[in-house]
Amino acid sequence: MKLEEYKGIYVFIEQREGIIQNVALELLGQARKLADELNDKVYAMLLGHQITDQAQSLIARGADEVIVVDAPELKEYTTEPYTQAICQIINERKPESLFIGATTLGRDLGPRVSARVGTGLTADCTKIEIGENGEMLMTRPAFGGNLMATIVCKNHRPQMGTVRPGVLFAMDADESRTGAIVNYEVKFNAAKFRVKLLETVKEDNNLIDITEARILVSGGRGIGNKEGFEAMDALANTLNAEVSASRAMVDAGYIGHDRQVGQTGKTVRPDLYFAFGISGAIQHVAGMEDSDLIIAVNKDKHAPIFQVADLGIVGDAKQIIKKLTERLEKQN
Amino acid sequence: MKIVVCIKQVPDTTEIKIDPITGTLIRDGVPSIMNPDDKSGLEMALQLKDEKGAHVTVITMGPPQADLILREAYAMGVDRAIHLTDRKFAGADTLATSHALAGALRKIDFDLLITGRQAIDGDTAQVGPQIAEHLDLPQVSYLEDLKFDGDKTFTMKRHIEDGYQMLEVEAPCVVTVLSSANTPRYMNVGGIVDAYQKEVEVWGFNEIEVDEKDLGLKGSPTSVHKAFARGLKPAGELYEVGTDEAVGIIIKKLKEKFILN
Repeated sequence: MKLEEYKGIYVFIEQREGIIQNVALELLGQARKLADELNDKVYAMLLGHQITDQAQSLIARGADEVIVVDAPELKEYTTEPYTQAICQIINERKPESLFIGATTLGRDLGPRVSARVGTGLTADCTKIEIGENGEMLMTRPAFGGNLMATIVCKNHRPQMGTVRPGVLFAMDADESRTGAIVNYEVKFNAAKFRVKLLETVKEDNNLIDITEARILVSGGRGIGNKEGFEAMDALANTLNAEVSASRAMVDAGYIGHDRQVGQTGKTVRPDLYFAFGISGAIQHVAGMEDSDLIIAVNKDKHAPIFQVADLGIVGDAKQIIKKLTERLEKQN
Repeated sequence: MKIVVCIKQVPDTTEIKIDPITGTLIRDGVPSIMNPDDKSGLEMALQLKDEKGAHVTVITMGPPQADLILREAYAMGVDRAIHLTDRKFAGADTLATSHALAGALRKIDFDLLITGRQAIDGDTAQVGPQIAEHLDLPQVSYLEDLKFDGDKTFTMKRHIEDGYQMLEVEAPCVVTVLSSANTPRYMNVGGIVDAYQKEVEVWGFNEIEVDEKDLGLKGSPTSVHKAFARGLKPAGELYEVGTDEAVGIIIKKLKEKFILN
């Protein structure tokens, strides 16, 4: 492998039902910064069916070139057709690095692609920087968020990483940016398509994704039960906020997994994060510590959550939620 | 039906703490357990065995003490256990690990290969799909449920962020299972005693079918550049006051930050 033949930062643009996912824009924003530092280019790989009209928006978000693969085989994601398309692009174009959102889709696609082309993949990165020799330094949590590890892929290309949604910043759309849009033809081997998608079922689609919420009202063991969550709902309503939870509450069945904050849930970065009755295990903190303002309420004044909170209140979370809701309702 | 389940011994990361003075991991006294997603994968295999009849093999790659989780698997009801261990496997990243396991799996006949979605020490979710690729088999990751038609077709329920997908796959195939898929059974008491009478097959490099250059440190494209404890920001204000006063403090803070008018 001649490393110098490999050039360009490639970003997989995840779309679902033709809608480009935020994580793809976050990756583009970061790729733009890295490319400017390296004097390199950003390539967006847009795969799907009848999606070409969205290519221009990716240039506004930081891409120099959009590689569009528009094919009926790619209408909805299944592993094999997407793997074939990405691998063909890798083999022909020889990217220096390639980033994919660490979603249930990206974490299915990434390892399959990395194994097919025989390169390294760093899972669930929360930070990407450039090292002394221009290599990608990919930092990720390990041991349940207790430790951070920076991973490099020295002698293989592309350097691949999946990146957690909600940790990098998209750039504002700049319609004056220019770039190329290339329609790319993939030769599919349909004999290898052995998984048939029967249907995709959406649940909870009336709720905003917690990674996109401006204010989160989050509850843990100290909230106790269903009534506790109903009280949090009422508080969230007065603040136009969303409700989220620690893992314990998800495991207890009070709230869905899509609302879980933390290492095995989602990473969130709202303007305001309320932690009610959450002790602040490192696994939870890993998913919310970058929130702009953290207000924690807990009975135990030694709870670790107070180490990351900007404002800590030692007290009964349930009573404080009730009183705070009353005061805010009056104010509205 | 023949099922193989890949399992891994991991430190119980919920028990790991950071030494506040040195900033290093405290691993002393942290128990080793069967990885939760893998255990649910094993339970899924055992349920298929209960319902339709199946031969279940477990395989783990790891140091000698990983024998313990194979005994646990015997006590839960598996039929065969293989311990893959060799110095040549040491220092492997996910790709090299998947090559070693794939090398062993080439020596075993199966209709369904089950792995956990991810291990709690690394949280990468990569080894399952990478094995599937080396063996040229279809994969379904993030599996919540599976039905077998008794012949060769599986109907699978795959978790996605905002719902689920139903998929159809023919055997042989690879799935990665979520710990939310089921509640694993306990070891049965007679089984625990018997588990120590049963044979665990120990396999090394010579027993498997793999290119040596793909193994261990040499076969690992990624390496750790540095590892460090996550830095904590300085603690903020802490108040121990009555409910009314506490609510007043919170509202004042929200106004200060322009969240409330």
